[in-house]
This record gives sequence, C-alpha cells and structure tokens, in this order.
Amino acid sequence: MATSSIHAPSAGPVAGSRSFLSRLRNGDEIARVITFLFAASVVLITVLLVYELWVDSALSRHKFGLGFFITRVWDPIADDFGALPFIYGTLVTATVSLLIAVPLGIGAAIFLAELAPQKLSDPLQFFIDLLAAVPSVIYGLLGVFIVVPVMRQWVQPALKSTLGFLPLFEGPAYGVGFLTAGIVLAIMAIPYIISVSREVLMSVPRDQREAALALGSTRWESTWKVVVPFARTGIMGSIFLALARALGETMAVTMVIGNTPTISASLLSPGYSIAAVIANEFTEATGDLYLQALIELGLVLFLLTFILNGLARLLMILTAQRGSGMGHA
Amino acid sequence: MKRFSALSVLILALAGVVLAQGALLINGAGATFPSPIYSKWFDEFHKANGTQINYQPVGSGAGIKQVTDGTVDFGASDGPMNDDQIEAYRTKNGVGILHFPTVLGAAVPTYNIPGVTASLNFTPEVLAGIFLGRISKWNDPAIVNSNKGVTLPANDIVVIHRSDGSGTTYIWTDYLSKVSSDWKDKVGKGTSVNWPVGLGGKGNEGVTGLIKQTPNAVGYVELIYAAQNKITYGTVKNAAGSFVKADLSSVSEAASGASKTMPEDFRVSITNAPGKNAYPISSFTWLLIPEKFKDTAKRDALKNFVKWAITDGQNDAENLSYAKLPKEVVEKELKALSKVM
Amino acid sequence: MNARLKWRKFVSAFMLTMTGVCAAIAVSVLFFILGHLVYHGGTSINWAFFTKLPVPVGEVGGGMANAIVGSAKLLALASLVGVPIGFFGGIYLAEFSGSKVAFVVRYAADLLNGVPSIVIGIFAYALVVLPFKHFSTLAGGFALGLMMIPITLRSTEEFLHGVPRALREASMALGASKWTTISRVVVPAAYRGIMTTILLALARVAGETAPLLFTAFGNRFWSPGLGQPTAALPLVIYNYALSPYEDWHRQAWAAGLVLLGLILMVNIVARVILSRGVAVPRS
Repeated sequence: MATSSIHAPSAGPVAGSRSFLSRLRNGDEIARVITFLFAASVVLITVLLVYELWVDSALSRHKFGLGFFITRVWDPIADDFGALPFIYGTLVTATVSLLIAVPLGIGAAIFLAELAPQKLSDPLQFFIDLLAAVPSVIYGLLGVFIVVPVMRQWVQPALKSTLGFLPLFEGPAYGVGFLTAGIVLAIMAIPYIISVSREVLMSVPRDQREAALALGSTRWESTWKVVVPFARTGIMGSIFLALARALGETMAVTMVIGNTPTISASLLSPGYSIAAVIANEFTEATGDLYLQALIELGLVLFLLTFILNGLARLLMILTAQRGSGMGHA
Repeated sequence: MKRFSALSVLILALAGVVLAQGALLINGAGATFPSPIYSKWFDEFHKANGTQINYQPVGSGAGIKQVTDGTVDFGASDGPMNDDQIEAYRTKNGVGILHFPTVLGAAVPTYNIPGVTASLNFTPEVLAGIFLGRISKWNDPAIVNSNKGVTLPANDIVVIHRSDGSGTTYIWTDYLSKVSSDWKDKVGKGTSVNWPVGLGGKGNEGVTGLIKQTPNAVGYVELIYAAQNKITYGTVKNAAGSFVKADLSSVSEAASGASKTMPEDFRVSITNAPGKNAYPISSFTWLLIPEKFKDTAKRDALKNFVKWAITDGQNDAENLSYAKLPKEVVEKELKALSKVM
Repeated sequence: MNARLKWRKFVSAFMLTMTGVCAAIAVSVLFFILGHLVYHGGTSINWAFFTKLPVPVGEVGGGMANAIVGSAKLLALASLVGVPIGFFGGIYLAEFSGSKVAFVVRYAADLLNGVPSIVIGIFAYALVVLPFKHFSTLAGGFALGLMMIPITLRSTEEFLHGVPRALREASMALGASKWTTISRVVVPAAYRGIMTTILLALARVAGETAPLLFTAFGNRFWSPGLGQPTAALPLVIYNYALSPYEDWHRQAWAAGLVLLGLILMVNIVARVILSRGVAVPRS
C-alpha cells in the first residue's frame, strides 16, 4: 500500500490542532503543498482541455446530438458528419497494435531484464529508446515505402490463401488497411513497453526471485509467476502508455490506413481513425460546422480513452493479487 | 538536479529571454501547392532588400483561418475565399481582404495499368463516371472509345484520391461539378469531399505512392508533381472538344481565356475554360492580402513583393513547372494593388 | 528426473528463448530503420547542413541550422514545462497523497496522454498563440511540454513506489524529515528509472510535428528570442518529405537522422552528467 501513512516525526500529536501557518514552517508541509499544486495542475490542464474541446464543438454537438456516434456519413460539402467509422477504425487499429506490441514488448523486456548480461542489455536498451525519437512522419514514410508493399505482395495474399475463409481476411489486398496500420502502430508502441517494463522488472527485489528458485521453480516459472506479477502495475502502466500512443497517433497512421471511412470486419480493408481524419482535414477545413465537427471528434476520442482506461483499471482491480507489493490502480 | 536547472537557465540566457526583434519579419501561411515557388520568390526578395518573409505551407484552409485570426500577416489559398469567409474576415478585422493570383497550376489524371504505357485520353464523362464509381472496369466502352489503339484489360479500377484537405482536390472536384450534374448533386466541390469510392492517400506523395504500388489504379496529382517526378499522365477533353495534355502553355491558355470575364476581385474558377488548347483542370492560386495594414513597413514590403512576383518573379515559374500569369491578368492586378492601404 | 520436471524445464528453455526472439525482432526493426535513414539521408549530411539556412528548391548548399537550433530550444522549453510538473506531481502521488486523489490524477494523466498531438496543438494555439496574435517558440515549447507530463508523472510515481519501504523507514529512524527522506534517499534510489522515462518522454516529443504546426509555426530564417515563430526539425521533415522534389526528400531523411543524433546526444549527456551512481542493492 502507499507509504503516505508515514508521517514526519514533527507533525505534532494532533495534526489539525496546529494552525496552518505554524504547520507551514515545517518543511514537509511546504513540500506537500507544492507537490500537490503540481499534481493538481495536471488535472487542471486536462479539465481545461476538455472544456476547450467542449466549447469549440458546440455547433456540431447541437446539430447532431447523440446521433453523431452512430452516423456513418462524413460529408464536408453537405455538412453532414458522423463519427462511427472513425471510432471503429481507432478501436480496431489500437487493438491490433496492442495484440502485437504487448507480447513482443514484454517478451523483449523479460529478456533484457532477466537474461541478458548487463553489458548487452544496457546498450540495447539505449538503442531501443531511440526508436521512440523517430519522428512519426518518418514512420509513416517507411510504412508507405516498405510495410505497405510487403503487405500487399506477400503478407496479405498469404493470409488470404490460408485464413481467407474467415471474414477477418476477406477482400482485395491493397496493402494499406487496418492490419497495416496496426502493425506500424505496434512498432511505434513497442519502445515504451520494453523501456518501462524492463526498468520495472529490474527493480523487483532479488529476494523474490531467489525465494521462488529456492522452492524449486524453473527459471521461467520464477520469472513468469513471481517476478512479472510483482511488476504487474508497472507493466500495465507501460501498456497504458502504448495504448495512448496507438489511440492518438496521427501522421504515421494516415499514411498507411487507406483513409476511407468504412466499417468492415476484414482487417485487410482500408479504414480511418479519429486522429488521422483530424490531422488530414483540420488545416484545410473551412466553415465553422466542419471545424467544430472535427473538434467534436477529438472530444469523442477523449471519451473513448476515458472508457478504455476505466475498463483497464477495472480489470486490474478485479484481478489484483495479494502480496504483489504494488496494488494500486 | 541543481546541475540540470543551471543548464536550463544557461540555455534560456543564451536563447535570449527578452523578446528580441531582428530585421523586419513578415509571416504568411496557406496553400502547399505554390510553396516551392513562393519559397524561391521570398528567398530572392530577401537577397534583394533584406526583408524576411516567412511562409509556411500549412494548407489553404489554415491559411484563411490564420489570416482571419490575425496570427499571420497574409494568407495564400488554392481556392478563393467564399462570401461567408470574406464576411467573417471583415467582421473580425474591420476591413476587407483582397485576392491576388500569383501563378497557375493544374491537376492531371495519373494511372498504373499493367501493360499500358501510352497516354490515355479521358473525357469528362469518363472521369466523372470513374470517380463516382459508375465506371468500374478499364475496358468499359466509354474508355475504350476514346482510346482506340490501346488494349485495355478487363480489370477493376482502383480509385485513389487525396485524404488530406487540399487545393488539388478543390480543383478536381470543381471541374467534375462543372462537367457532371450527378457529381454536383451527389458530391460537390471542396478541399475535402465525401468520395463515393476509392482509397485516400496523404499528399501528392501518398497518392503517387499508392498508384505506383496498386495495379489498375487511377488518381489525380498536381502537374508540377507529375512533371518533376516524370509520372505518366493522361489527356483530358476540354470544352472545345480537343484532348489536351497539361503543360505550361495549355494551362496559361486556360487563364487567358478566362481573363476576359474575370471579376474585379480575381475570385474566379477557370476549370473547363474556353479555348482550343486550354487545359480544362487548371486553376489560379491566390495571395490573400488585407486591405489595410497597421504596420506601414509591412504593407509597403508586401506591396513591393506582389508587384515584383507578378512581373519579374514570373520568370522563375516555368523552371519549377508553374504556368505564368497571362499579361491581361497582371495588368489588372497592378491596378488593384493600389487598393491596399 | 520425472516427466513433469522434464516438461517444465523444456517450457522454461523454450519460453526464455522466445523472449530472446522478441528482443531480436525489436532490435532488428530499429537497426532496419536506422539503416534506411542512413542510406537515404546520409549523403545529404555535410558541414553546410549544420550551419546554413535552407535554400529554395534546385539550389545547392543549403542547410538546416535554424531547424536544429529551433528544435533544441523547443525541447529545452518543453522540459521546463513537462519535467517539473510530472516529477513533482509524481512525488506527490507516491509520497503524500491519498488513494482517491491519486486515482483522479493518474486518470487525468492517462487521458492527457491519449489526446492526439494535433489536438494538443489546437489547445496550445487557443491558449498561447491567439491571445498574443503571433506564433512563438514559447507556444511550441508549451505544447510539447504538455505531452511530456503524463509519461513523466506516471513513471516517477511508479519508480518511487518501487523503492523498498525499508529504506524509507531507515531514514526516518535516523530522524530525517519526510522531505529529506524523499529528496535524499527515495528519489536517488529511483533515479535511474525516472531518468529513463524523462528521456523517453523527451524523445517522443522531439519527433512530434502536429503540435508545432499551430504553435511554433516554422520559420525560414533565424528566430531570435522566444517570441517569434521558429523552425524545427520535424516541421522541416514534414514539409520536405511530402514535397515533389527528390533533393528535398533526401534532406528530409537526413534531418530525421540528425534528430535521432540529437536525442542520442541528449541521452548520453544526461546520463553522464546527472549520474550519481547510487548503488541500491536489489534486495
């Protein structure tokens, strides 16, 4: 549990009995107030952002109401806008990217933290961190020039010939589409998962591992059943980071997703995501309703993130293990 | 921790916290299409008299928005501002805004059909049909009829359009709206539209990339882009009935055809222009200059710039694959410059 | 050795090898990307690249000096905004706050993290550009700083939590006040993890284009002070990469390479200068 229950010795027998000013002379109280202000500013900024989005999308909200969520049309000329294809695309690409990035990332983090010697692990991590610095527009270009042709010529046809009976892999192989976007997003999200998970794994106290090994577990069992659960919240945190990246990525996605507002069960189909359409159309959007509809999409993404985060936290609370050492959501 | 903050204070000091002003800096924002020639012009202008004009190609829509908000000194757009936008500018700034055409550009149809290396002829009906999704195979009779001598396969057409809002889309859809009442009703014209069919590529680069990699694809790109990258593109049938290939002279001819009936404020669409050799999918691109400036130094610098750009500056246009303004238009613009106070 | 043990050992060896495969895949992707950048952009990197201003298309000899300096200024500003808020906020969450407040702050940080970068740019535009009617380095730094906050906050909290209670208690037992314990014992113990994620956050914002479109705006010339529009590497990459000119494409790749180099340097410098080498036993 949090260690905030430990009070400084000089807090006084009954904290409320001392006046605020005299408590202020105590350095700890100043520290508490100042750090609180910083933490509160985060909430303030987020609230301000939502407020700004809310106010700037008023026209669009009044015109479309709740229908915005289920309308499939996106017509800037007829001034008719709906969010459904973009919500769908955002969710699908985020899911695909996490399905790829999480196992790969955690696997690599385990390798770097547990198995690799320090001399190998540190430099490798250094370079993996650099992946996070590659500008998203370059990921997009590499996506267009490398990933898309590979998908179109080899991967997608192979998927169709083996698993083509599934509605998941129907339709022509364009190269661009949900699957390609998910793959590019996975590449962009992996550094965060590896970097943070590795650090967290390395900070698990050694006695946990040793206890498991002493009880006769194999190396893998001690890692998977003891160390990783101990680092659960940290690893989940890294997955949150990756998810956030996947949901909000603009440039790279728009170059490989096909930019067509369709809803299709097939991963080979081209699609669209909220962040991509905002990035594509915001700078050229003229007309208040159009602009505000785009901003309303931003608000919708915010709502999506809110719900997904909430679900994930719920999952964590429900599966919280006893004795994992860090049991907070 | 201490060393880190010392480092940052040092950086700040070096950067100069005081809001330093250098030489005269004028900021402009807008269309991406003319950005290469604008950057050349601003560079030459800077070399000639030291004025710094900083132009950023953030997009026509953003350019209109920024100049209306007052965050930049002038704007640039591939499509003229409509009446609502001009009214909004006037309400916000108390004065009007003027349009000055600078160069001409065009949108061309490009394609990638296995086995076809010839330059295809496209009629307006074919183009509208393809982009509406009504003509779905390359060996459709309408296409075959205008391309006797070319063997077209029975493959499905893959349509590629721009996903980002763009002036090129504006020109393309403006043309289609003029030549097809179906397109006008169903889709309309704009920098972004609700495309009936097709995949979206980001930027000219995205569209070209998709076309190159997708067999049986067809799309539209800027003429300068096609010319600089040596991409095969087709001819389009113009209002006079001839199949014209887009190049600098056919685009200029579209403008001179339109200059006779040009309105005072230069806001005119020249797609499907009259003229035997006029290329029908051409367009001006405009600088958006406020009618009144508070800062007289900026005003004079900009006026001098526009005067130079539409006269001497035109000599740079052809090297970069832009078509020059016709003489009649230049004369009208020089007169209109005096309106900027 | 019975059959079950054999199986468990096999699983162990297999899974551990798989983790090696995962790491190999991740690393080879990186080297592939780096290789591409070098291949495409390497030829454009010369001394002029680092010292000259850009020239129009078709002319030779230009460079990206203003974009490099601009990016450096923006990143410095972003750190000034993002790091203190994230770091001290994280300290509050880990050391002082109750669980309800912590829940809300963490949630807010995760939400902020998921906001598309272009929306952050629009937000910063409304806050810092529109009221002053001009674009500026300050606005760009502010937007990027906002994006650094969530990563810094979450990770600071996470790593502070990971410091064993025994350390804190030992410090208290010696009579140290809470703040002294935090600043002299707990933070140094968690320093490595925190530093890693701050640098990760910096790396992320270094490559962001969309937030800068409406804040830093871009500048063909030098940008004196902090109140003018400024060039930045990601903006230049974006403009050049999507242009029709082969020469500009190569410069865009080169700029990508330079950006990575910049981040690499910051990584090395930060770890060397700020390393205190505190050795905390792992048990």
